[in-house]
Amino acid sequence: MNKLIVSPSPHVHGGDSVKKNMCGVILALAPALLVSLYFFGLGALIVTLVSIASCVLFEAIIQKYLLKTEISIKDGSAFLTGLLLAFNLPSNLPVWMVIVGAAVAIGIGKMTFGGLGNNLFNPALVGRVFLLISFPVQMTSWALPAKLPMTYTDAVTGATPLGIMKEGLMKGETVSTIMSKLPSLQDMMLGNIGGSMGEISAIALILGGIFLLWRKIITWHIPVSMIAAIAIFAGILHTVNPEHYAGPVFHILTGGVLLGAIFMATDYVTSPMSKKGMLIYGTLIGVLTVLIRVFGSYPEGVSFAILIMNAFTPLINKYVKPKRYGEVIKK
Amino acid sequence: MKTFKIGGIHPAENKFSAHQKIQTAPLPKQAVVMLGQNLGAPAVAVVEKGAEVKVGTLIAKAGGFVSANVHSPVSGKVAKIDEVVDASGYKRPAIIIDVEGDEWESRIDRSEDLVKDISASKEDILAKIADAGLVGLGGATFPTHIKLSPPPGKKAEVLIINAVECEPYLTSDHQLMLEKSGEILVGIRILMKAIGVTRAIVGIENNKPDAIALMQKLAQNELGIEICPLKVQYPQGGEKQLIDATIGRQVPSGALPIEVGAVVQNVGTAFAVYEAVQKNKPLIERIITITGKSIEKPSNLLARIGTPLSELIDFCGGLPEDTGKVIGGGPMMGKALLNLEVPMTKGSSGLLIMPSLEAEREKMRNCIRCAKCVNVCCMGVEPYLLMSLVENEMWTEAEAAHIMDCVECGSCSFTCPAARPLLDYVRLGKNKVGAIIRSRK
Repeated sequence: MNKLIVSPSPHVHGGDSVKKNMCGVILALAPALLVSLYFFGLGALIVTLVSIASCVLFEAIIQKYLLKTEISIKDGSAFLTGLLLAFNLPSNLPVWMVIVGAAVAIGIGKMTFGGLGNNLFNPALVGRVFLLISFPVQMTSWALPAKLPMTYTDAVTGATPLGIMKEGLMKGETVSTIMSKLPSLQDMMLGNIGGSMGEISAIALILGGIFLLWRKIITWHIPVSMIAAIAIFAGILHTVNPEHYAGPVFHILTGGVLLGAIFMATDYVTSPMSKKGMLIYGTLIGVLTVLIRVFGSYPEGVSFAILIMNAFTPLINKYVKPKRYGEVIKK
Repeated sequence: MKTFKIGGIHPAENKFSAHQKIQTAPLPKQAVVMLGQNLGAPAVAVVEKGAEVKVGTLIAKAGGFVSANVHSPVSGKVAKIDEVVDASGYKRPAIIIDVEGDEWESRIDRSEDLVKDISASKEDILAKIADAGLVGLGGATFPTHIKLSPPPGKKAEVLIINAVECEPYLTSDHQLMLEKSGEILVGIRILMKAIGVTRAIVGIENNKPDAIALMQKLAQNELGIEICPLKVQYPQGGEKQLIDATIGRQVPSGALPIEVGAVVQNVGTAFAVYEAVQKNKPLIERIITITGKSIEKPSNLLARIGTPLSELIDFCGGLPEDTGKVIGGGPMMGKALLNLEVPMTKGSSGLLIMPSLEAEREKMRNCIRCAKCVNVCCMGVEPYLLMSLVENEMWTEAEAAHIMDCVECGSCSFTCPAARPLLDYVRLGKNKVGAIIRSRK
């Protein structure tokens, strides 16, 4: 008789894997990528490819030559970081800056902490914020959407809706006058607006979100609490002074809110473990986003809000616990 | 449809032996009857080498308060009393009997007639159950008579019958309900009388619609017995989860079900109670599922305690070529066996033969903190945290994180995308923390 394998229970596994989760998220990002390729054309293609290739390459190099560990690029996490980093960049960013961003994202954001699972901050956002602070001009000159444009760094640039709003308010204009200069609601839904590559189309991002929920890759807690917090906070401000504060729909459909809520804040590694914790985390990201947008000097605040809350995740995990069986005695 | 509220998973059911009629397994040539077949103290042998025994002769007496009698499952002559390797791989004492014929003790009623009238008093019932050596047949093997005697000051309100069979592959309880539903209902009545309750709830998962329908039809005429269909979810057959699912109460941490007025018994135990009280039959045989993806004839067998498991496998077509692992019990909580010569015991609910392709674990990766283990944990603790606390030998912190609440259902390890052996570590930690807690007393 062959030797029997003896191991402790359970003897079956559900078949889920790190790779399946990563591939699921990548698939969920496909609609937004297609929209981006349509509106930003060649630029979007170059930035995406360079970002993914350099993230994967940096991870392999660091694992092989610096950490001397097994190369784990096949799990798809570096690919995903590359894709998400590209989604957070303007489509006309020069290649070398994209490479610098990828080096920071993977090198400092991820591998310094020990690789996948150990990083404190969302690597793609670490890369993006590093670039934003280092190259503020290039990182805020956005290509304007066109139909499959064959342009890259030579693209026609313009401001994002959030930028137009911030600038207008600084000049003392009222919200209603600024709104008349902005793209229509329909354009915002479809993605016919300026902005980072992956954040423009609300519909494409929501489609991806539905896919993630359906495949049980994420739960609703973080995206819903974050968006609800933004809606409520922005709604209160707007009600108090509608001529000085833009409304909730504007805040949700512009900038990185949907990309952040569905794909960035839900990053497994850097978000809390309990559902209660996720609700607190999502809510605070929403509040911080509006605070930065309305009262800060940057027009956009999603990246900063998520990174700040990443820092609080260990604290939330320590103090916010899931509901235990038998905790509340029902007689 | 009802189910428990915290955690849970849906493993592939793979009930290949479902609807296979219960077949009587052939008698072994030699029966190996372990003295320790129950949770608690092992029984003490009362026969000596060379003694003649019949089926049902008492051969070992309960060896303490939490212990159970053992009866001879065969007739013949005691060959020796010796140590044999049990399912856990340890040497344990056993009575080995050379089988001759099949002669039963005369007090046992072997007819198939359904005896409905319960003439025995409450005390008689408890005495008969204790005499018959009954233990919980779901797998935990806790002596039944003790579970039916609540500690002073505690009052049972409801009897819950566990007919969930949430372990994948296993079908013995399902088939028992299809073939012995009348006996089971009488058994439930006896149990209700024994603990003095007027209400019993039978929890059955709705992947067994025929058993639900049959039991519902019979229970119509029985006052106080409700059949409760449950949404399929593992580990619903866990005592704590079943109480939550059926009556919506949760047993406080560290307490027994009686704290919320519940007594839980397995459906197989209810049948054994019927046989013990109405037919004077001790626990000498039980239904066991022999199953697996490659086995020729997945079956539900009525087999004598003490039969070597290899003989049962041979009866079902022999051990398949591609066997990698043999599990005593189901795939979620069963025990992998070191060798197949170990005998059947009172707790053997199934034997799962697993092909080698499925027998090995995936390579462990870094925890990606996806929180899936936290979401599926049926006790609401945090497996990822417990694992790292145990890795770092932080026992105080592990105790504070409620490591002792874990019921070892294995949902965390099952779910983990990084294939981390969460339950292995939690078990290690429970051992250590349990010893620390005991040393304080």
